[in-house]
Amino acid sequence: MENLHLGQHISQQFNEELEEIRNKVLEMGGIVEDQVGRAVTALVEGDMALARQVVADDYRVNALEVEIDEECTRIVARRQPAASDLRLVMAVIKTISDLERIGDEAKRVARMVEDEHAGAMAEDVRNELEHMGDQVREMLRMILDAFARTDVETAAQVVELDHRVDTKYVSITRQLITYMAQDPKNIPRVINILWAARAMERIGDRCGNIAEYLFYLVHGRDVRHPRSRQRVAEESSNPDDVQSPTQR
Amino acid sequence: MNDSMQLDLGAPASAATAAEEMAGASVRVKELNLYYDGVQALKNIELDIPDRQVTAFIGPSGCGKSTLLRCFNRMNDLIDGCTTTGKILIAGKNINKKKVDVAELRRRVGMVFQKPNPFPKSIYENVAYGLRIQGINKRRVLDETVEWALRGAALWNEVKDRLEEPAFGLSGGQQQRLVIARSIAVQPQVILLDEPCSALDPISTLKVEELIHDLKQNYTIIIVTHNMQQAARVSDRTAFMYLGELIEYGDTDQMFTNPTEKRTEDYITGRYG
Repeated sequence: MENLHLGQHISQQFNEELEEIRNKVLEMGGIVEDQVGRAVTALVEGDMALARQVVADDYRVNALEVEIDEECTRIVARRQPAASDLRLVMAVIKTISDLERIGDEAKRVARMVEDEHAGAMAEDVRNELEHMGDQVREMLRMILDAFARTDVETAAQVVELDHRVDTKYVSITRQLITYMAQDPKNIPRVINILWAARAMERIGDRCGNIAEYLFYLVHGRDVRHPRSRQRVAEESSNPDDVQSPTQR
Repeated sequence: MNDSMQLDLGAPASAATAAEEMAGASVRVKELNLYYDGVQALKNIELDIPDRQVTAFIGPSGCGKSTLLRCFNRMNDLIDGCTTTGKILIAGKNINKKKVDVAELRRRVGMVFQKPNPFPKSIYENVAYGLRIQGINKRRVLDETVEWALRGAALWNEVKDRLEEPAFGLSGGQQQRLVIARSIAVQPQVILLDEPCSALDPISTLKVEELIHDLKQNYTIIIVTHNMQQAARVSDRTAFMYLGELIEYGDTDQMFTNPTEKRTEDYITGRYG
């Protein structure tokens, strides 16, 4: 964040307030990273105790989200931030929301382990899940690192990695469908594993979201949903061509 | 307060001025330089101010924003040792030409100052003053125009029952809106506001800001303000000036979320650059 020059405000208090929210995001990110790591380990190794710990520790992530949110509200009310300061506060508000949801996904993965239908999974599925888990943990580590250094190049790599995680998810899904087709008795257990894989895929998506907020923070340009915005722009320039949802 | 919001701000039917003259005029500044006793205070300013929008000038004290504002109605002519080069085109006409009728220019380009400066007259006579010096004395025309201008300045409902009372009896915020009413009574094309709210309390400030929003439908408005949140609230375009130079000029939304120049960023975020 050095390149945001957070420490150069005339108001030393404002410097400290912005540093504070930045540090708290990184603290929250660290806890979430740990949660995801432990959830994946618990899933792969079938470690119930570790899974329970992940579920129990989610409160720390939630509490930090509320705390940072309140601090951002105070900054907006008292400082009326502008330009890069405003973008930082906006990016933080959005980032912590995604981090909290990543924490929820980690909890979801951990609950799968706790679930009675879980049990031994096939070696190849375990390997695939472990690989996917490693990918999303790496994405999370990279995006937190990128956030700390306002490094949009690393953020772009995270978006790229998300495509790989999506591909991996499709591949695991196919594999699991095959298991379900082979023996219907596998279905409850496989659905559980499928939900865990889905949760990891969502973690990847949320890391991609944070990468987009970081891009907005650094360049002041919103890169979300380019196709949707293009379509709205086209529809507003040609209102006659707009189809109602029922016509589509 | 908000009587102006339901109003048609068009000129009263009996007003002498042609309807088309009511429309705000665009202002173009070309290669403008200004010197006080040889010291350059404005450096090669190039600026296109669109009509019927609010343009804010921001920048630290002494950056030249008020000096630039005063160029638009040649108020700097009153300062000894002040010389200007370059052009200022208002509605396409260069106002810096010697043959320009400065009194007529100041009718077309009204100005409101930091401290409200009503005349020591009644509320009614303050608003009617500009018309009277134009030789308009018909009571019906004056009555209509005074009411129209006071409504336009969102003040009519507050003063309609005491028009003959002294203007000094009004609050600071009311006095500032009275001065704005006096300025629009002569139907200018451009209204210059030089820190119009710096002496007002927050509620009066909001009323004047609301009025600025209403007035821009009919006038080109240029405002100098030290309050950046005010610039962000009221203006469509913002110009940042520093040491006599125009550093950045653009859409207000863009300027306050993602300025191009580092000096602008440092100023609006309160950093020492």
